[in-house]
Amino acid sequence: MIDSWAALVGVVLVAVTTLAIGTWGLRFSRTTSDFMVASRTVRPGLNASAIGGEYLSAASFLGVAALVLTFGADMLWYPVGWTAGYLVLLVLVAAPLRRSGAYTLPDFAEARLQSRGARAVCSVLVVAIGWLYLLPQFQGAGLVLRQAVGAPPWVGTLVVSLVVLANVTSGGMRSITFVQAFQYWFKLTALLVPAAVLVAVWVGDGAVNPADADGPGSAGIWSIPLGEGGAQGLYVTYSLIVATFLGTMGLPHVVVRFYTNPDGRAARRTTLAVLGLLGLFYLLPPVYGALGRVYAADLADGGATDTLVLELPRLMLPGVGGDVLTGLLTAGAFAAFLSTASGLTIAVAGVLGQDVTGRRYGDRRLSGVTAFRVGAVLAVVVPGVLALASMDVGVARVVGLAFAVAASTFCPLLVLGIWWRDLTAAGAVAGLLVGGLGSGFAVAWTLLTTATEGWAPVLLGQPAAWSVPAAFATMVVVSLATRGRSRVDARRFMVRLHTPESLPLDRG
Amino acid sequence: MSAWPGFLRRTPLGTEADRATFHTLHTASLASPALRQGLTGASAAQAVPHLRALLGSPAVALTDTAGLLAWDGDGSHHAGHVPALIGPAVEHGSTRTADASDLPCEDPTCPVRHAIATPLVVEDRIVGVLMAFAPQPSAGLVLATHEVAQWVSGQLELAELDAQRTRAMEAEVRALRAQISPHFIYNSLGAIASFVRTDPDRARELLLEFADFTRYSFRSHGEFTTLAEELRSIERYLILEQARFGDRLRVTLQVAPEVLPVTVPFLCIQPLAENAVRHGLGALDGVGRLSIVARDLDHECLIEVEDNGVGEDPERVRRALAGDGSLDSVGLGNVDARLRNAFGDDYGLVVETAPGAGTKVIVRVPKFAPGVHA
Repeated sequence: MIDSWAALVGVVLVAVTTLAIGTWGLRFSRTTSDFMVASRTVRPGLNASAIGGEYLSAASFLGVAALVLTFGADMLWYPVGWTAGYLVLLVLVAAPLRRSGAYTLPDFAEARLQSRGARAVCSVLVVAIGWLYLLPQFQGAGLVLRQAVGAPPWVGTLVVSLVVLANVTSGGMRSITFVQAFQYWFKLTALLVPAAVLVAVWVGDGAVNPADADGPGSAGIWSIPLGEGGAQGLYVTYSLIVATFLGTMGLPHVVVRFYTNPDGRAARRTTLAVLGLLGLFYLLPPVYGALGRVYAADLADGGATDTLVLELPRLMLPGVGGDVLTGLLTAGAFAAFLSTASGLTIAVAGVLGQDVTGRRYGDRRLSGVTAFRVGAVLAVVVPGVLALASMDVGVARVVGLAFAVAASTFCPLLVLGIWWRDLTAAGAVAGLLVGGLGSGFAVAWTLLTTATEGWAPVLLGQPAAWSVPAAFATMVVVSLATRGRSRVDARRFMVRLHTPESLPLDRG
Repeated sequence: MSAWPGFLRRTPLGTEADRATFHTLHTASLASPALRQGLTGASAAQAVPHLRALLGSPAVALTDTAGLLAWDGDGSHHAGHVPALIGPAVEHGSTRTADASDLPCEDPTCPVRHAIATPLVVEDRIVGVLMAFAPQPSAGLVLATHEVAQWVSGQLELAELDAQRTRAMEAEVRALRAQISPHFIYNSLGAIASFVRTDPDRARELLLEFADFTRYSFRSHGEFTTLAEELRSIERYLILEQARFGDRLRVTLQVAPEVLPVTVPFLCIQPLAENAVRHGLGALDGVGRLSIVARDLDHECLIEVEDNGVGEDPERVRRALAGDGSLDSVGLGNVDARLRNAFGDDYGLVVETAPGAGTKVIVRVPKFAPGVHA
């Protein structure tokens, strides 16, 4: 395609820049004269941008607009939930998690429960959630490259996998907060500038109300929440709310960022800033969805709505202007894949490197770096192959399922672990298994079948509303049954979690 | 290695005598972890059932020099007689026996009719008594009790060694705290004094740095601190040294902000920086170049302290890490031991050096380790 030069330039620029920073980014040095350790701790604003950069994935960049175009206003719950998850994180988890000193979720389980078994279960879950979350990133990348340069979908998946792998194994961009922070602002710009232009075009065209446009479904159904669907629609909505509100705290690549905060107070400030930044970003995708209903209604009929954001500029603004905007959006989408996929790959590779590939097998044991690299290959190859093999289920939907698994497992662990002294290792493991297996079965069923009739697809397609309470209940009941085994030093650990660092207190 | 399984298959469990030996060794190994914690009520309670299995007597007791710590087996109503029974053994430091007259009992079926008391000796000091009880006197049991007591004494001696090693390490940390050399204090104050007239503001700043540096280094609480605190203290130290040496000391610090919250043992990097300054100043061209790098490696943090000094024979460094104090490197072995103690043997110091090639000390620290917090 000749008119795709701008998109190609955007993709290549993003990929090359990412690799260059990953390779040479650590070579900045400073001398004592302008070096003050205190002034170099990561400020909450910067850290929040970095969290935003890593968190805003393909689902946010492409998926939300597609869902809004196809299903209407109900789907605004996705961006609302993805933002509000940080409110729950702020109130219940942020500061105590930081004070626990844990770097990853398995670390927290081990520190709180003093149990290697609970740690192992958490490690498995981190890998499972990471793979499930990576799957739509790779699928989305295939879509974007097909749209941008007409390549078959597997090319995009392969390119993103290779770039991520090269980036992660060569040193990683995780370490550089500044780069991740830049990613947020780049994605915001890539979405904001075209949106402003397109809204101007829309106003110039007479500002047709999207609800009145001739799109899929009648106007009432599109613009009114639960316009159709009745009890099932209500269930799906509440289930989605539970999954997204409670799932954020269980995402492996988000949690590790909190370690960078110097103390619990900074962790809270960071979370607050994240709320603001995400709120700002999520104003934009619904604009594309609404404009899509006016200008790109035929996309919804074709079913390939995930490319809406990329198509829209060309449809509304034929010529060079549209090409440039498409190029900017493609670059932004590619940046979204790379940053989220890198963060997830590092989180998964870290767990695999520590607990699987770094173990001693017979007489042989891989060194730390090699184990991490082998782990990274595994972390990328498994979801990559799955992305190639599985059919297109919708980027935002699969991410929604990853949230459901996180909400059914790590949310009960964190909330009860932080706020309930009597949680025992046995209770935690039982709850993690119930939540993990329940939601995991639902995910497998949803990815492997195509049935859409009756309650089964509804309950299994959006499992959080039953799997989260089941996990909570199991943890509480089993903990009460094994209460005698609760540890004496759990009390001491709770004191550490809940007292501000400034309080002079013996925490040993 | 591969010959072992085949050998085991041919003669699965050895002869009768072999099996008895294996059984005894296994029972002893069960008692050993508790005894390695020293002789306390809790450790005695854990060890005494295994000791009874070793001796095969109806009841066994462990005591300290004052009274009973733990009793296992029948006839525990005799526990009240124990203080009187151990008296002679403790006094004479040798095995004593007692008969039914010393163990008055209403119960005709009670198996506790005779007692054997053998003192437990650690470094020529009697710390407790092992007692075995039996219905009949038996020379075999006396002999067995004596041998088991010898073995228990050996385990307790090892426990004592463990405790001594920990105490020695703590003492060394205290020494590190107080090791800021008189020369450093004298020279720093001298350097500050030289600025008092020419640059009073700088003199004041340096004096404040000096005050903060000593406050951190003399801090008396806490085994751990954050990397940020440790680096801040090193920074102050380097500012003071630079005030003294000016251009003869060039410092590069390269620190990833992400690793500043990492928990590290107190004073585990500062001694390395002091060594590097000293080595660097002895460099051939007279200009000491020192670089400190802290990098983020996902779940670990990597700290490198490098100088351009004359270097060192690797064999001597190896000996210093093994505990030989003759090397002119402050606390290298101590830092290594404390890192291993806190994070496990995977996290010891790595020293890259050769004569004439400078020295680079590499410290790896995990971001999270159970039980380690500042």
